[in-house]
Amino acid sequence: MADKLIKEMGLPKSMANVFAARNITTAQEALALTDFELMLLLDVGMAEVSSALARISEIACPPYQTALALMEQRIQKEGHGGHLPTGLKGLDEALCGGIPFGVLTELVGPAGIGKTQFCMKLSLLASLPTAYGGLNGRVIYIDVESKFSSRRMIEIGVQSFPDIFNMKGMAQEMAGRILVLRPTSLSKFTESLQQIQVALRQQQVKLVVIDSMTAVISGIIFCLGITDKEPQDNTYLVGISLAEFSRIPIVVTNQVRSQTRDEGCQYSFQVRSTEDPVGYDSHLVAALGINWAHSVTIRLVLEAKSGQRFIKLAKSPMSPPLAFPFNITAAGISLLDDYGRELKGAEINKIHSHEKAKEGLPATFLTVRQKPPPTSSYVQRRQTLRPHSGETRHYSDDILWRAHDLRPVPPRSCLHPD
Amino acid sequence: MEVGRLPISASQRGKLIRAGYTTLSSLSSLSPSDLARGAQTAWDMLHEEQLLRRITTSCADLDNILGGGINCKEVTEIGGVPGIGKTQLGIQLAVNVQIPVDLGGLGGKAVYIDTEGSFMVERALQIAEASVLDMVEYNDLLRKEHRKCQVNLKPNDLLESIYYFRICSYTEQMAVISYLDKFISAHKDVKIVIVDSVTFHFRQDFEDLALRTRLLSGMALKLMNLAKTYNLAVVIFNQVTTKYMEGSFQLALALGDSWSHSCTNRVILYWNGDDRYAFIDKSPSLRSASAPFSVTGKGIRNSASNHKRIKLM
Repeated sequence: MADKLIKEMGLPKSMANVFAARNITTAQEALALTDFELMLLLDVGMAEVSSALARISEIACPPYQTALALMEQRIQKEGHGGHLPTGLKGLDEALCGGIPFGVLTELVGPAGIGKTQFCMKLSLLASLPTAYGGLNGRVIYIDVESKFSSRRMIEIGVQSFPDIFNMKGMAQEMAGRILVLRPTSLSKFTESLQQIQVALRQQQVKLVVIDSMTAVISGIIFCLGITDKEPQDNTYLVGISLAEFSRIPIVVTNQVRSQTRDEGCQYSFQVRSTEDPVGYDSHLVAALGINWAHSVTIRLVLEAKSGQRFIKLAKSPMSPPLAFPFNITAAGISLLDDYGRELKGAEINKIHSHEKAKEGLPATFLTVRQKPPPTSSYVQRRQTLRPHSGETRHYSDDILWRAHDLRPVPPRSCLHPD
Repeated sequence: MEVGRLPISASQRGKLIRAGYTTLSSLSSLSPSDLARGAQTAWDMLHEEQLLRRITTSCADLDNILGGGINCKEVTEIGGVPGIGKTQLGIQLAVNVQIPVDLGGLGGKAVYIDTEGSFMVERALQIAEASVLDMVEYNDLLRKEHRKCQVNLKPNDLLESIYYFRICSYTEQMAVISYLDKFISAHKDVKIVIVDSVTFHFRQDFEDLALRTRLLSGMALKLMNLAKTYNLAVVIFNQVTTKYMEGSFQLALALGDSWSHSCTNRVILYWNGDDRYAFIDKSPSLRSASAPFSVTGKGIRNSASNHKRIKLM
């Protein structure tokens, strides 16, 4: 709308010529000036300028809808009323159907908690036919840190939807709908976003996953040497505008970092509390800062507390602040309890993890600069998140580890837990 | 001497020039009352204000500190961290403005300008349904005393009276606010304009900060004009940023210091322990006070720790 040409707006000829003479061709350029400035620039009277601006504004303004018409349009035209069902009953109910279309949904949590697993499950769900609760479309998965494992995804598919995946050729078709992009630099990332825009116009793509956004932004910091903690950057805006324009869900993952002393957490009128607000356990916050937090519409926090993983609805315009315990199984993520626990107050925003993040250093630097070796420390992290001895061990942790190692899986029956 | 060279603000200069006073000599023969055509006496203004109804927020404590609710003819800015409930409050106000006049409301319609995409229709339906139930209950209470008429509103009717604009760039934002003048003169029953949020498109990577300030002040002026001309309430939502003040980093509303002068009232929503609070940061007529509120399945309501009944005025 901003780029509409003035000459096509039906202004009186004299006015249109005057605008063109001063090199103001689009609505954006015209609306960037106040009435008075335009009057001085175009050297015409106030009345003409006002009526020209009124006309330009009317045309540049997007059409309105009543909220009722909006609702009817979404329920009738879009799959599942404008949501992608996640298959997790409690979460879907809280989100009024699933991941909403047209807005950014963010998954944030410490490393190893299950964000990529969730993303893979969602990719699979989007590619399924509508009869099975999917969107019957293609998926674009932007895998910045090379965490996507197609072997694991097929396993999720086979375990969750055995009747589809055991049919001949179905696994190939489903997996064939998921396009994995692995941009190695910022310019390649921007290119991939442009590829997405093209694919969207052909109306085939039904889900875009960016895993992880933090790596993209910290890659920008690394390459360009920006020292700003919260970079203002346009690439994620492109992602947001993609969502609005095309009414598809966009899922983004984000990492965590420790909260530094420099961050404000109170307003000037609030009484300063004497005790240390940082807290007893490692105080983690989502990376990318408060600007980013405003831009996402739904924020799902994944955390581990007392040996149990939780998925929390930290920010959602349509859900109460619920926390659901979950586990990672062969079939992806499964909730242990569909009712969830309602958390009070700001507790919903806190992120807990067993490992103490390094004070001050954003965790993103660790992943970009030095990937943790896929041996001892990684297994250690897995072990801290395992349930205590005495409960059934989930064999899937082994599979995960192997998938990340990308070593060939020894021939072992997948159906026998240890 | 040309009026254009006088050290007065651009808008004042513009007004003088528009009215035809281009040289100082033409101004010298006037008296203040001639120039201030269209002014009112303070007494008339007081009378008008007392007749105006306010839009309830459905939370009694919040209404109290606001002097009864959101006022028409004023621009109220509400800011807070993500997830505090700004959009919830916006949707609640868009529904509450439609409360019929017989039940103490304005019986008007709402314009909701959504720049972030956070308006969820399902949530609006939830809030509308709860509001209809509350109205029916209140009406039953009233009917015993005064024989009020039936509440015929259904949740879908409430949704039908919310005009929704989805804005994707700052140009569209400027365009819609300019276009609203024409829109509202065609839809005179609109009584509230909600902009959620005004910050979003002005925050990301604006290279020319001077341009941003000019655009924002132009926008603030237009919104104020809308409020005054059509006698409606304008509510704008703002985001939060960190500022280095008094030796430490603190939270403050975004868009800078010059913007903070643009609105009539300023309310900040914040977390205090486990509860959500609202604080009147700036107002010409309300004193600084805080009040707790909560966001429930039905919308904005009183904080659970105070067991007060919901008042619909």
